[in-house]
Amino acid sequence: MKAASELKKSLVVSLWFMFLTFPIMVIRVNTIEKIVEWRWRNMFFIGIGSFFFSFVWRYLLERKQKQADSRKGSRSWGQLILEEPKFYKPALVIIALFTLVFPFIFSSYQTNIMITALMYVMLGLGLNIVVGLAGLLDLGYVAFYAVGAYSYALINYHFGLGFWTVLPVGALLAAIFGILLGFPVLRLRGDYLAIVTLGFGEIIRLILENWNKFSFGPSGIAHIPRPGFFGVSLNLNESIIYLYYLMILFCLLTIFIINRLQDSRIGRAWIALREDEVVCQAMGIDKTKTKLTAFALGATWAGMVGVIFAAKTTFVNPASFTFLESAMILSIVVLGGMGSIVGVFIAAMILILSPEYLRAFSNYRMLLFGAVMVLMMVFRPQGIVPNVRRTYKFRTPEKTNR
Amino acid sequence: MNELLEINNLSMVFGGLRAVDAVDLNVGQKEIVALIGPNGAGKTTLFNCITGIYVPTAGEIFVVPPGKKKKRINGMQINKVTELGIARTFQNIRLFPSMTVLENVMIGRHCRSHAGVFGAAVRDSSTKREEQAMIDFSYQILVKVELDGQVNEMAKNLPYGAQRRLEIARAMATEPFLLLLDEPAAGMNPSETYELKELIDRIRNEEGISVLMIEHDMKMVMGISDRIFVLDYGEKIAEGTPEEIRENPIVIKAYLGEDFSVNA
Repeated sequence: MKAASELKKSLVVSLWFMFLTFPIMVIRVNTIEKIVEWRWRNMFFIGIGSFFFSFVWRYLLERKQKQADSRKGSRSWGQLILEEPKFYKPALVIIALFTLVFPFIFSSYQTNIMITALMYVMLGLGLNIVVGLAGLLDLGYVAFYAVGAYSYALINYHFGLGFWTVLPVGALLAAIFGILLGFPVLRLRGDYLAIVTLGFGEIIRLILENWNKFSFGPSGIAHIPRPGFFGVSLNLNESIIYLYYLMILFCLLTIFIINRLQDSRIGRAWIALREDEVVCQAMGIDKTKTKLTAFALGATWAGMVGVIFAAKTTFVNPASFTFLESAMILSIVVLGGMGSIVGVFIAAMILILSPEYLRAFSNYRMLLFGAVMVLMMVFRPQGIVPNVRRTYKFRTPEKTNR
Repeated sequence: MNELLEINNLSMVFGGLRAVDAVDLNVGQKEIVALIGPNGAGKTTLFNCITGIYVPTAGEIFVVPPGKKKKRINGMQINKVTELGIARTFQNIRLFPSMTVLENVMIGRHCRSHAGVFGAAVRDSSTKREEQAMIDFSYQILVKVELDGQVNEMAKNLPYGAQRRLEIARAMATEPFLLLLDEPAAGMNPSETYELKELIDRIRNEEGISVLMIEHDMKMVMGISDRIFVLDYGEKIAEGTPEEIRENPIVIKAYLGEDFSVNA
């Protein structure tokens, strides 16, 4: 009974699609030979395709619904892997070994892609503070990334300072910009905040593009030195490997710090701010301070990655800091699961690596990419690995007696 | 009597609506005061004025924290009012739904602790100690409101009555001297209401916290309050002990509406 009605629905959908696509898929006017071609075969394919697609689609939706109903206490497979030492310990060891030997097994091209992916992991984790934890929708995150990159490029150009000196400076400058952006948007929330931050991102990019005397305009700045290694000169290949290991270190550091922040006084304040702003204040949390720290800290990470980016590509120009970058980083956070470190990590890997490895599908890769995003948001809106709050243990019987 | 809260001639006007109109109100130490009145009488607006969510149009709000000087708090920032020692709950439960029960209470400890970003990242010994103290303190409060069995539960998964108690626990975590409860018994069944009444009594007697509450459950109001203030159309129409209020013809009129052309 149920299956029959489902089949009927799918049939209707496929008929509807055949009708809709009829003019473009079936009829073709051949202007050279002046005849009309009827391509009935296309219609057939569309019918079959949409039939299957709608069937699978509704099957998945129903399954999701069932899961939502039945699962209140039980855990998903993702959480199961994360919580059972039996599963995650060997997995961690394998991942660690793999990351360590990676640059020696694969070409420097692959290593380079991996460095990019790791950079996006850091960016995602940084934005995760602002969007995932504090709930401030920031569409101009790339601006801080640009500030970091240009601070290294310009400081190096004018004063000749190296990577390690500029890294904290870039981070600090980005943090200052974060606070500068934070002040005017303190009262804004949700969509209004998104628009203002979007504007901010564009302003920074336009300044870099048009203020030739300051930023050398669209032609950018070239010959930025790669990170130094105690004064030893490295060839190209070696420096890529070196950068790869640096990125691993930076990522670990980021994860370490953000993991601690999440379950700290300040991290809880961010989450409270996300959940309910008025109540958060009524519970004695200083909204201004909390928001500004979120902005500043998120920006700090973007600034750091910016410096690394400049050092990696040895060249910066405004074209690297378009809105698309912000959207990409935001997708990483949303796709991974708001506030979840593991989720952001996996999402960054998928989003950055898959376009590279899907090159086989050349023209269709962005289409596939888009389709995956849409499907993900429909069937798993909470992200790949939803954030799980920390649990605490108490010696219950003893304390209740007091 | 030692006064904790003193409101003089307070008015709050929204456009043409006088939501609160020249109200005087006071709460003394270790006192349970109820604020009653028909829907739309301006009770919650008054709460919002006290806690800094609204800046009152006219009048004055003073608080006298125990052992400290009298302070005017009109238009003070919301979090500063809480820091001073006035905590509140909300009419429609407003917990942090995706945080655990314990974390909800720990949020209340925020203004009594100091760890910053640096401390969180480094986790030095003083931060660790503070965090542990925070956890213990919050747990003790959860024991008091009998939620210690559900510390790690998500707040949104708690049953209704437990959510109400969690809101009170969260407010108590800020170590207030005055607790403002906005319809704490709304939607509760008689036995839950009774437990709540016991809880409020304990809060006053054992913690020495004064309570100002808005409540519609007359049995509870009459049974627990030391004094009652009655608002109608933003104006205070009566104040007194439960016995006085019960007998007051103006109050009866406001509630039963013998003559509704009077204030319309």
